[in-house]
Amino acid sequence: MPNGEDLVDTLRRFNLFADLDRAQLEAIADPDSERSFAAGERILRRGMSGTGFYVILEGEATVTLGGEELNRLRQGDFFGEISTLLDEPLTADVTADTPLRVLEIAGPRLEAFLISYPRVMFRMLVTEARRLQEVLAWRS
Amino acid sequence: MAVLERPSPPGEYPVVVVGSGPGGLQTSYALSRLGVEHAVISQDDSPGGMFRKWPIYQRLLSWTKPDAPYERTTRAYEWYDHNSLIADEPELRATVAAEMDRMYMVPSRPEMERGLAAFAERGGVQVRYGCRWESTRRDEDGYVLVTSDGEYRCRAVVFALGVTDPWKSPIPGIEEVPHYAETPVPREFEGKRVLIIGKRNSGFEIADGLEPWARQIFLVSPRPVQAAVLSVATVRVRYFEPLEDASWGGGTFALDAAVERIERTESGGFRLHAQGTTRPGEITLEAEAAIAATGFRAPIQDLRELGLGTVGDGRIPALTPYWESTTLENVYFAGNAMQGAAGLRKNGVGSASGTVSGFRYNARLLAQHIAKRLGHKLEWQRLGRDEIVPFLVEQLRGGSEIWTQKGYLARAVYPDGTTHVLPLAHFLDHCEQGSIAVTIEMNAEGAIYPVAYARAGEEIDEKQLPPQHLNDFTGGEYRDALESLL
Repeated sequence: MPNGEDLVDTLRRFNLFADLDRAQLEAIADPDSERSFAAGERILRRGMSGTGFYVILEGEATVTLGGEELNRLRQGDFFGEISTLLDEPLTADVTADTPLRVLEIAGPRLEAFLISYPRVMFRMLVTEARRLQEVLAWRS
Repeated sequence: MAVLERPSPPGEYPVVVVGSGPGGLQTSYALSRLGVEHAVISQDDSPGGMFRKWPIYQRLLSWTKPDAPYERTTRAYEWYDHNSLIADEPELRATVAAEMDRMYMVPSRPEMERGLAAFAERGGVQVRYGCRWESTRRDEDGYVLVTSDGEYRCRAVVFALGVTDPWKSPIPGIEEVPHYAETPVPREFEGKRVLIIGKRNSGFEIADGLEPWARQIFLVSPRPVQAAVLSVATVRVRYFEPLEDASWGGGTFALDAAVERIERTESGGFRLHAQGTTRPGEITLEAEAAIAATGFRAPIQDLRELGLGTVGDGRIPALTPYWESTTLENVYFAGNAMQGAAGLRKNGVGSASGTVSGFRYNARLLAQHIAKRLGHKLEWQRLGRDEIVPFLVEQLRGGSEIWTQKGYLARAVYPDGTTHVLPLAHFLDHCEQGSIAVTIEMNAEGAIYPVAYARAGEEIDEKQLPPQHLNDFTGGEYRDALESLL
């Protein structure tokens, strides 16, 4: 943990959780949901099922498809939601570029999680809209 | 009286193992089997030091069934005995089962301790007892461990120290609250209201032990008890009575609340202020006694300054699938801290690495991994082409590694016919074309089924096979599926 900062303090700085109060953040900041990966380690693998939703606490990762870089992910970014929400195998790989720490919401818990925190769901939706907008802008 | 020579004096070793609990003993045994020279040091004076202290209320949480469908000396019996260490020699197997008085399905602390001591003695595990690891520094080619007996230089170090340092969450006023580790005998709580901060295993262990004595029990923590975890975990036995009392509206309350502060009352008791989480609202509780069942952390001493990455709010070392630190090369962990490698956690199901039943298998693989890195040549079982499918279905039926470490460990067969067990994540990222691996997995609803994996170019071909009522995965359907992947 950088500078002894606890999980709650890290999460409260992220856009995704900006509307939550301290008690709600504590309920989300489950230390058992923290995962860590070495630089170069893969977090998600194309073709695999049953994965979860991840928010980057520290470090950077790259999304690739067949060796081609699609996106870079940084602190506060999230990934894994498409495969989890659609209950379909992953469509890309995600690999840690640096030592990486993430908060994991297990796939089977994501629906209940988003319904419990509608403001998180709203902010997630806004991010998804931006991502879609970027893809459309790139295409046009 | 003759002075016995203590083994493994300070000096240079390829590997040093620190700790003489189940993780250290199992790792040392496995390293010896592979001919890897190593030293084992321990600050205790005999094996299994933790079991002389915890759990507070005596009994362990994982079961050992003294009689089972298989003889205790067989490998198949391991599945019925979650506490004994594993061995190739029949006389080293089921050492905890042999100590059980059969009053319960779970061993008492002394039974566990005696079982470990029997394993260490019969297995010839050489430990330098009374040797305390004090500090660590990097060396050109590895590490130097400074101990109470002198300096140990090594290329690789395995810390098998458990997750045993009492840890308190950063709540204002919690310094006034005794930790779980300081809990006195249940009689001391007679007629008292008791606050327990924490709703995990240790919190419920205390609550369970206090039910016959305390007037009222309040368990408080931000997150609800995970009902899904309870349905599959062997620890659920501790949760039953307190949760049953709570569900009937009795004297026990399991509250989901973020604790804001704890203060002492004039009468010497405790007052807790909290905010409800699952159900919002202010909560104030008063009680005569309080216990911080907020958990433990791995005693990593100065490893953090050396750059050791952690998870779990800094309590557990962050590990790769082969239990190496994600940030310090050649620093490995064995035993309970192996939970720092989460694995794929498909469907949210975690590994069994936080218990003896799971980490005893990991230790064998860790020893193989270290041996390989040190240049030892490992010999694997080799299968002919026609033997592969019958062998794999047999593993799906009774391979204790993949049954215990569901979704974490896999049984793999490589194109040259060699076969061994390894972490699934490692297989997926390093296997060559033509390799196949099988696992036993579980979904969020608790269904158990086999999954087969093969590499298909860039992608992993993952084939989930159907569950079977009697968990018998040897039928034609399973054989055909595996054959098609080969």
